[in-house]
Amino acid sequence: MNSLKVLFDRDTWQEIFGSISKNKTRTVITVVGVLWGIFIYIALSGAAKGLDNGFERQFENIAMNSMFVWAQRTSIPYDGFKIGRSIELKLSDIEYLKKRVPEIQYIAPRNARGVFGGSASPQVVRKNKSSNYNVYGDFPVYTKIATKKIYEGGRFINDEDIRYKRKVCVIGERTQTELFEKDENPIGQYIRIDNIYFQVIGVHKFVPGGGFESDGDIFIPFETYRQLYNSGDSVQWFTIAAYDDVDVVEVEKDIKAVLKRIHRVAPEDERAFGGFNLGEIFNKIVGFSKGMTLLSLIVGIATILAGVIGIGNILLISVKERTKELGVRRALGATPSEVRNQIIIESVFLTLVAGILGIIIGAFVLAGINAATADITDFPYTNPTVPIPFILAALFIMVFLGTLIGLIPAQRAVSIKPIDALREE
Amino acid sequence: MIQIKKLHKSYKMGASSLHVLKGINLTIEEGELVAIMGSSGSGKSTLLNILGMLDNADEGEYLLDKVPIKDLNETKAAKYRNKFLGFVFQSFNLINYKSALENIMLPLYYQGVPRKERQLLAMDYLEKVGLKDWATHLPNELSGGQKQRVAIARAMASRPKVLLADEPTGALDTKTSHEVMDLIQKINEEGKTILVVTHEPDIANMCKRIVQLKDGLIIEDKKIKQVLASAYV
Repeated sequence: MNSLKVLFDRDTWQEIFGSISKNKTRTVITVVGVLWGIFIYIALSGAAKGLDNGFERQFENIAMNSMFVWAQRTSIPYDGFKIGRSIELKLSDIEYLKKRVPEIQYIAPRNARGVFGGSASPQVVRKNKSSNYNVYGDFPVYTKIATKKIYEGGRFINDEDIRYKRKVCVIGERTQTELFEKDENPIGQYIRIDNIYFQVIGVHKFVPGGGFESDGDIFIPFETYRQLYNSGDSVQWFTIAAYDDVDVVEVEKDIKAVLKRIHRVAPEDERAFGGFNLGEIFNKIVGFSKGMTLLSLIVGIATILAGVIGIGNILLISVKERTKELGVRRALGATPSEVRNQIIIESVFLTLVAGILGIIIGAFVLAGINAATADITDFPYTNPTVPIPFILAALFIMVFLGTLIGLIPAQRAVSIKPIDALREE
Repeated sequence: MIQIKKLHKSYKMGASSLHVLKGINLTIEEGELVAIMGSSGSGKSTLLNILGMLDNADEGEYLLDKVPIKDLNETKAAKYRNKFLGFVFQSFNLINYKSALENIMLPLYYQGVPRKERQLLAMDYLEKVGLKDWATHLPNELSGGQKQRVAIARAMASRPKVLLADEPTGALDTKTSHEVMDLIQKINEEGKTILVVTHEPDIANMCKRIVQLKDGLIIEDKKIKQVLASAYV
């Protein structure tokens, strides 16, 4: 008999529903086994994806292959200098770095007040309100590395601001709410930073993650900062982005080597320059979430397997219980292949129903977790989804395993001779 | 209708083997109502199983409606059973989660009869055994006699050449036994060949011919004057 025809025959399904609904408790328990498996699979891989997305969101406002480099004190005497000499990065380092390390795509020198120890947050005053905020001196190139979302109507610092040392600033969301009235447009207004008037040119939207920045930060042109705080040529740190396809760990080493040469620091001095390599950390996180995905895959499939084996087990028992019924069917003219097909289809059908229910429940749970964590911005968990190919693969695996495991009870059913099945005991 | 020659069957019981049928010769014509009698162990059930293609003979010839029944694989045996034979069992063997009607539809399902037709046919047979109003009842809602009547309807539904009944009244009281035998006699009157295995003489007397088995051999084969079951109903 054509097995595909069997699948689309209403009578086949009637037979199967008949025998499945005969023992409802058993059917339910069987289904729960596989349902649990697929649920674990969906929930885990969805959670892994959610973590993945969450990490990605944490880094979305900064280039993945970027790093910070700053200067510290030497730990080795070198070239006539004694140990413990403090080093300052200079604006002139940029040209050297660009020349010697061609992997650098962007390099942004930055200065700041209030971020690191030693300098207090400047006082910022507007009319009768005042507070303290961190102030950064920046070049426009900084936004190439770390995107700054500026609210409608505003802009970030541009080249003109640098050239004319304009006294303009980009303020944070919190700065706006704390210094301005609710319905007031801050653009074009003036605020006083350390007693110098600055015109507000933009409000940046704070995106969490990516280091020490906050929603109160004020950005001013690097040159203006230089004049205001008399910082000369010195730079507190460089934010550097390498090209996408390069090894950021190597680039960091190269950069430090060049800086050591410029500043006459012993090549083996590990402490003269500090660095924080986002690319390296990002790679670790990517590795971690890949591991999570793999783990969820393995655990999920193993659980599905356990569930399907459960179905096989139950069907074996069911076949044993139905020995007589199967014997009657055989006596009435059921061929062995009809009996076999019926049991295999039962197995696959149970597996699939359980699987689809598991997918639905898993999806609901994921949606629930997503809704519960939506407001927690520093929890790296966003939009937990399971890719459709994963689901299709899971369904395929279930059909495959269901068939395979169904073969065992089906073979058992066929091997029962009708005469033995019907023998009065 | 049925011709068997020198039929032998033995069962292996560990090291020894039990010779159950020791050369049975039997010819049954169309329309006969034959009782096969014998004490337990005489081989009557084995004979019925072989006739029903549920078991294979070791030796001998078996012709069913001139078709030699030999070296059947399970698939072919199933097809032949479906086409040629109707079974009635002592313990009814109805499928307990199917209604009376669905039980009768089952052999038709295996025959590949379309659904609608199957339903109508099954209803016809249910009516014939007088249980039309019980069509949707499950077997456990039926009395023993009703169950056996459903089983007979089921056996008849596939329009078999031969009806094989293994102790059809074995689980029934006298009154219902007679009712069931009445039904069997009526079916026989319509021309159906029927074999009844029984150990009850009064049931055997309601058949037209009695074949006595003892120790795997036919010791007596006689035509009798049929006692009508309707006389007792």
